[in-house]
Amino acid sequence: MPQKSPTRAIVGQKVGMTQVWDSSQRAVPVTVVKVSPVRVVKVKTPTTDGYSALQVTYGARRPSTLNKPEAGHYAKAKVDPGRRLVELRIEDASAYSVGQELGVGIYNAGDKVDVTATSKGKGFAGGIKRHNFAGQGAAHGNHKHHRAPGSIGACATPARVFKGTRMAGRMGNQRVTTLNLEVVSADAERNLLLVKGAVPGPRGGLVLIRDAVKGSK
Amino acid sequence: MVPVGPTDLVDRDSLRDDVPQFAPGDTVRVHVRVVEGNKERLQAFQGAVIARKGSGARETFTVRKVSSGVGVERTWPVHSPAIARIELVSQGDVRRAKLYYLRDRIGKAAKVKERRLAR
Repeated sequence: MPQKSPTRAIVGQKVGMTQVWDSSQRAVPVTVVKVSPVRVVKVKTPTTDGYSALQVTYGARRPSTLNKPEAGHYAKAKVDPGRRLVELRIEDASAYSVGQELGVGIYNAGDKVDVTATSKGKGFAGGIKRHNFAGQGAAHGNHKHHRAPGSIGACATPARVFKGTRMAGRMGNQRVTTLNLEVVSADAERNLLLVKGAVPGPRGGLVLIRDAVKGSK
Repeated sequence: MVPVGPTDLVDRDSLRDDVPQFAPGDTVRVHVRVVEGNKERLQAFQGAVIARKGSGARETFTVRKVSSGVGVERTWPVHSPAIARIELVSQGDVRRAKLYYLRDRIGKAAKVKERRLAR
């Protein structure tokens, strides 16, 4: 499948999920993402940085909380300091300029986007939750092994457990990208983006939105 | 509605303001929009409300009726645009929020007592 490179990207905050009605009166599950207007702080290009990206900030932050390097970085760009700096990798950043404001208006209903965020941490999770293992029987003489993983390998040959064998362990709290979500609506007035389906991470978490890189159209 | 939840501002657009007050036990007539080909007509479904579930834009209600000896239940979102109108036929006198016990009853026992207002 040909991979396309994103030309647009933006950062937002997950608000929560709800549902809206579509034109054929069906309920569409949507995730609400609050996309505050972002300000471009730096335009990274292959010649200067080796790759192409936009460094943006959003929200507001008291200048007294900045350290000297940060303050200098914002001063150089002549941009008001924001909550944090976020880098958005896009195909060609040269079309953007430092100080430019981007909002939810860069997307329209019907656009396909990928959404990246840090997933909710699940702690130390067993094989059933972490790797979708089937688990074992509830009856037939099973005793205290209902959610056990079963065999993790053979005996004297190879006499060890292969690397990468799926077992219990830390789950979640990882950077996850959900591909090809449809933009249901982009509300420039309230700075809200409605994306069809679920988005990784907790409510209030930071999410990165970019043009879908896979799929037809 | 006073916005309290995080998505309430979005939900407000999905809510209807013409939904009558009705509760489990009430008998309602639901006028549903049915699209056949390119024609739209209204179909009425009358029965007892046996449950209301959820809240806000996601709230649903279930209506049960017995049609030629067969129990029929339909569930809609309360704020669904597919519903043209909800008509409150009569109020019921029940002690429970979920009237699933009606499913196990037949005949007169499956009836909901009607609430008469004290004079």
